[in-house]
Amino acid sequence: MIRKVLVANRGEIALRVTRACRELDLATVAVYSTADETAGHVRAADESVCIGPPRARDSYLNAGALIQAAKQTGADAVHPGYGFLAENAAFARQCAEEDIVFVGPSADAIDRMGDKAVARKLAGESGVPTVPGTEGTASTEEALETAEELGYPVMVKAAAGGGGRGIRVATGPDELAALVTEAAREAEAAFGDPSLYVEKLLVDARHVEVQVLADAHGNTIHLYERECSLQRRRQKLVEESPSPALSPETRDAMCEAAVTLTRAVGYTNAGTIEFLLDAGGGFYFIEMNTRIQVEHPVTEMITGVDLVKEQLRVAAGEPLSVAQADVHQLGAAIEFRVNAEDADDNFMPSPGTIATLDLPGGPGVRVDTAMYAGYTIPPFYDSLVAKLIVSGRDRDEALARGRRALGEFRVEGVTTTIPFHLALLDDPAVRSGDYHVDYLERKLARA
Amino acid sequence: MADKTIKSPYPGTFYRRPSPEADPYISEGDSIEPGQVVGLVEIMKNFHEITSEESGTVARILVESEDLVEAGQDIIELS
Repeated sequence: MIRKVLVANRGEIALRVTRACRELDLATVAVYSTADETAGHVRAADESVCIGPPRARDSYLNAGALIQAAKQTGADAVHPGYGFLAENAAFARQCAEEDIVFVGPSADAIDRMGDKAVARKLAGESGVPTVPGTEGTASTEEALETAEELGYPVMVKAAAGGGGRGIRVATGPDELAALVTEAAREAEAAFGDPSLYVEKLLVDARHVEVQVLADAHGNTIHLYERECSLQRRRQKLVEESPSPALSPETRDAMCEAAVTLTRAVGYTNAGTIEFLLDAGGGFYFIEMNTRIQVEHPVTEMITGVDLVKEQLRVAAGEPLSVAQADVHQLGAAIEFRVNAEDADDNFMPSPGTIATLDLPGGPGVRVDTAMYAGYTIPPFYDSLVAKLIVSGRDRDEALARGRRALGEFRVEGVTTTIPFHLALLDDPAVRSGDYHVDYLERKLARA
Repeated sequence: MADKTIKSPYPGTFYRRPSPEADPYISEGDSIEPGQVVGLVEIMKNFHEITSEESGTVARILVESEDLVEAGQDIIELS
């Protein structure tokens, strides 16, 4: 049983979780730093607790302050959202020790999937294809040997890295030998662990991920894929489902592989299995995200399943409310991440006060945001201020709704990426769906 | 009284060093040239270099590493 949930996050995702709690009749506690006293997520919750000064490590990353806030308010569960402590096994463990339900997988599951080399090995053992590369971590000689077999270019990755950090590319043996030494030193400094592994670099691959849900009663299901190849600096900007690149056969195989791996690691709650898809339809496991993701509404729009409510049900020990046979991919959905950034000035962050805010509406439109007119966006946190999600009977209708809704979306006082998204909708590759992970970066470099 | 000041163009968190282990960009008494980097400001998880528009000698550094600064705030006095 859960009665009261402390939402250990801020902004749009904290509001999203608060909304799910309200629909399930659960009381909510917001937390905030002193820079977030007026934030929208605080207004939405039943109660709120200040957890520290603006810097994230003193507030939203301060596990002790969060646990204290939960105890003080009598919250019996903590939802971590995404980012901050969402994939921190020590925090999940600390919650469990204090008899507070962590709304997510077990600390052990976070640990297993958090080490990229271990996750890769587990995938291999479950028969899930991985990007060809070293078995676990590699010495310089092993790296060179493997690279020779695979063919260059190869990627050198820090085992403890993630979110696009700790990745380097080598185009030949001399470069690789130099890189391994340097990368090990950097990984030691950044992550406290010098372990590296080597993978073949797939050229013009796409990033396609599968949403999974699992409960403690043995039910593990997938909710189809999200196509997330439109990225800048390894940060996603637009996501959609279905992926325009998947054949029905590849989709089935990929979703089945995701379910197999989820079961194999004894995973419960919501998670995402990320794959690279090559031009020939081959797909390779890269990593698992052990949390709710920014782009989860895309899946909610096409399946009708409320993923956050399922997370709360699973955390309370209940079975999933939906069976695999009831999950259908209906129509198409696209998410546009609205960041407070100036795309014309190299995506320079643009914090400040929102003078005017007109949100789009009408058929097939969803906006997840915690901002309001008069709200001042602080400079201390992520620049994501809203997500516009549109759906339609097919991709063409979703694209048309995206253009229409972006046109209705007015934010004055700060610069946002809305004009960037409108321009992107005129791009022939985006319109046809024929793009890959490096597409946007190369396009921006040419501009 | 300072002749000139360097202001932070951005709001955010100020840093005197490129990384925790590195030497500070500048110290009091240093001579600096136009275009020289004098600090970093972290704004929405992005790091931006602050450069001096003037030449001069660093008389006083008005903020410490990890201090919160406003856009337009004086951070360094030159003489």
